[in-house]
This record gives sequence, C-alpha cells and structure tokens, in this order.
Amino acid sequence: MVDAVYRSDSRRVLATLIRLLGDFDLAEEALHDAFAAAVEGWPRDGVPANPRAWLVSAGRFKAIDAMRRRARFDASLAELAERLDAEPTDAAAWDDAGVEDDRLRLVFTCCHPALPPDAQVALTLREVCGLTTEEIARAFLTAPPTVAQRIVRAKAKIRDAGIPYQLPSRTDLPERLNTVLHVVYLVFNEGYSASSGVSLTRPDLSGEAIRLGRLLVELLPEPEAMGLLALMLLHEARRAARTSATGELVLLDDQDRALWNRDQIAEGTALVKQALASRRFGPYTLQAAIAAVHAEATSAAATDWAQIVGIYDVLAGADPSPVVELNRAAAVAMRDGPAAGLVLIDAILGRGDLPDYSLAHSARADLCRRLGRTAEARASYERALALTRQEPQRRFLERRLAELAQ
Amino acid sequence: MKYLCLIYDEEKKLGAMSKSESDAFMAEYFKFSDGIRKSGHYVAGEALQPVQTATTVRIRNGKVSTTDGPFAETKEQLGGFYIINAKDLNDALRVASQIPSARLGSVEVRPVQEFNRQ
Repeated sequence: MVDAVYRSDSRRVLATLIRLLGDFDLAEEALHDAFAAAVEGWPRDGVPANPRAWLVSAGRFKAIDAMRRRARFDASLAELAERLDAEPTDAAAWDDAGVEDDRLRLVFTCCHPALPPDAQVALTLREVCGLTTEEIARAFLTAPPTVAQRIVRAKAKIRDAGIPYQLPSRTDLPERLNTVLHVVYLVFNEGYSASSGVSLTRPDLSGEAIRLGRLLVELLPEPEAMGLLALMLLHEARRAARTSATGELVLLDDQDRALWNRDQIAEGTALVKQALASRRFGPYTLQAAIAAVHAEATSAAATDWAQIVGIYDVLAGADPSPVVELNRAAAVAMRDGPAAGLVLIDAILGRGDLPDYSLAHSARADLCRRLGRTAEARASYERALALTRQEPQRRFLERRLAELAQ
Repeated sequence: MKYLCLIYDEEKKLGAMSKSESDAFMAEYFKFSDGIRKSGHYVAGEALQPVQTATTVRIRNGKVSTTDGPFAETKEQLGGFYIINAKDLNDALRVASQIPSARLGSVEVRPVQEFNRQ
C-alpha cells in the first residue's frame, strides 16, 4: 500500500513540501521521513483517509522536529523552525488544486532559465519524475557523479540566487513555458533517437517525456503544450516500426504501417486539432500536424506531400532553421521529384549551414542515388557515415553504400 | 534579497550615438532610476567613466603591480551598476530587464553574499 502511494503521490508530496519548507534538500529528507513513518504506522493504525495530506503533514512535522534538534548547534534554524511551526497546519489547505499548483511550481522551478540547460533536464528528471541520479546518468550516458554535481549545483543556485518557488507571471508565461517544453522535448528526443550509443531508441526516456507532457497539458492546457504532447505521441506511435527485428533502422517510407500504434495516433491527432483550433499554436503544433499527415497516410506514396510542404512553409516562417529547411526539401523531393529537393539541399549546404549534420548528407546522398548520380551519392553517404555517432544509423549507411557498389 | 546588476555596454556603440540619441538614452536612465526609487528597489547605482580610464592593481610576491586597463579585452565593457533590493530572482530579473542597456548590451544579475558578523 505504501509502495503504491509512493509511486502515485511521492512527487506531489515532495512538490508541496518544497513550498512549505522552502528548500529542496529539507523537503527530500522530510519526504523520506514521512514515508518511513507510513511504513511503520499504516500497517498498525490503518491507511489514513487522505494519505497525501497525512504524508505532507508528517513530513512537515518531521522537518520542523529535525530543525529544532539541530538548532542546538545553529541558532538560525531555531528561528526557522518556529516560523514554519507558526504557519497554518490545516490539512484541508493542501487541497487538490493547491497540490496541483505545487507540481507546476516544481516544474517551472526546475526549468528556470537561470539554470543551465543540462541542469534543467537533470533536475526535472530527478525531482519531477523521481528518477535516481544513476538512472539519469545511464539514460544520458554520463557518469553518475557528473549528474549528481549538476543537481547539487542547480539546487545551490536556486537557494543562493533566490530563484522563487512560484508560477511565472502572465507576461513571463509564454517564454517560461517554452523553456519547460524544450526540456521535455530534449528528454523525448534523447529517448526517441539517442544521440549516441548502441541502440536507436531509449523507450524509458520517451515514456518519461510523454508523462511530463501529459502532466503539463493537464495542469496548463496551453496550445503548444498540447502540440508537444501530440508530437511526442505521433512519433512514439511509430516506435515498433522504426527498427527491424535485428535492431536495424527502418526509414519512414519503408515502415510497416500496420505496426503503428493507432491509439497514440488517435490521441495525438485529436490534440493537434485542438491546438490548431486555438489559433495560438507554434512550432510544436506545426511539427505535430506534419506527423499527423504522415500518420493518416496508408503508405508513403499515398502521403499528402503537398499538404506537408505547405505546413513546412508555415513552420519555416514561424521558426526558421536550417533543419526545418532540410526537412522541407525532403518533402519537396517527394512532391516534385528528387531533382527539386536536391537543389534545395545543395543551397543549404552551399551557404555553409549544417556542414556536420549527418542527416543532411544522408538526405543528399539518397536524392543523388535516386537520380542515378552514384559518385555523388557515395561521397555524401561517406560524409554522413563519418559524422554519425549512432550504431544503427552507421549500419544503415554502410548497407546503402554496399548497395551502391552493386 | 540584495542583487548587484552589472551593466555591460559596447562603448563603441555608445560613442557612435548622435547628441540627440545619447540625450534620449540618458533620459531613459534617469526615468528608470526614478522608477526603481519609487518602487523601493533602489539601493545604489553609479555610471562609470570609459574603460580606458581603468587601472588594475594586483599584489604578487609582495610587490604591487599596476597596469593599464581591465583584466581582459572584451567586446562589452563594464559601464555602471545598480544595487537593488528584490523579493527574489524573478523580481530582480524583471527590474534588470528594464535597465536601458539591457537592449544594447547586457546586464549580469548577481545575488549579494550576506555574511553573518557577530
């Protein structure tokens, strides 16, 4: 029973304890003590009517108690303990709405723009998702002490620089929400297309990102939050089709669409429609809309490429970047033929953008191959191969090179 | 909490301003300073003379060494500062973002270290 409550509610309890105690470390210690008390007390006295409120109350009490004990050595703690003790203790004050606000406060604090991006990611996974330092380190192929240090430094900055535990003001919300969405998207991308390592994907990280996305949509139903959740669901829906039984990369055009997850596609598509209808959508919604067009096509050939190019045009206007241009070029190649796409990709590379982006060179190689320009295709596949750090991607490029030689 | 807002400007850009542009920029500063006095954020603030007036001293092996200029050549130079009282970092950043130089150069916001002296 305590285990089940831990899984479902420990992050909520922590979020509220951080607000009540004003300190991440104190709150984590209090959370630990509260659950220890539950393990001891609940089997004997029965599970309280409101376990969450009980845990918050127990954690707060234990923290104040611990401060009083330590106050013998540090007088400032005595003052703090008295101040905390004087604050209202009514369990009803921790109603569901207040608790949900605390979770949002926690998300916005972990993703505060004053923290470095890698610390935002680590702190969010640690505090909001409850992953251990070791799990985070494994997911990002980093050493656990590096992750631990990032988290320690981030908490120190929150405390020392006075980063408040509060929701952003109306005027700051769009920019602050963007930072949060970016963190979630980074986590998802690392899980969806691992930047390095032996496997193509890390489903556990994508799962955490989608959970975070759902939490955001539930707490703050802004169009771009919906757009991001939709984007993640629509990509995640293709997971089973993206790798072959032997772990090889399968491109979108060659995927067995029967393997796509229809429930995730339905949920993602509904969210895209809702976000688009708001007329306040942005880049995440537009990328999700493109994924939705792919998802509704029964085959690569049956895809509405004209519509996809059209959405890329809007996206290139809203959030211009060489990567968006590259993706648009690939869509143009599908609509108008490989020669038209190649002109666009050569223009991007020609002006010095994306020189070290493996996917730009493999896309160029693919168009050259389809045009029968074998020597150029080979050169571009080789360039792509030299730049990729991911094992399945490397094997895919080697297969293509071998096919060219035949 | 007390925060120091360090104002970095490109002196070249400021030097290239016409008389009317430069007057308008100064007027913005006066308005900003009045504003934070009224809101209770203001503790102190000064503008500095250009970086070529700067001298750096350090003592090494017991000897004073005096050199011209700042420690490092950078595109932006320290041009002034405010010390403000703010509720938290968000409040401090909101005030700092209204410093006119935030538009042209940049403003570094640092919490002031409080020591308990007994």
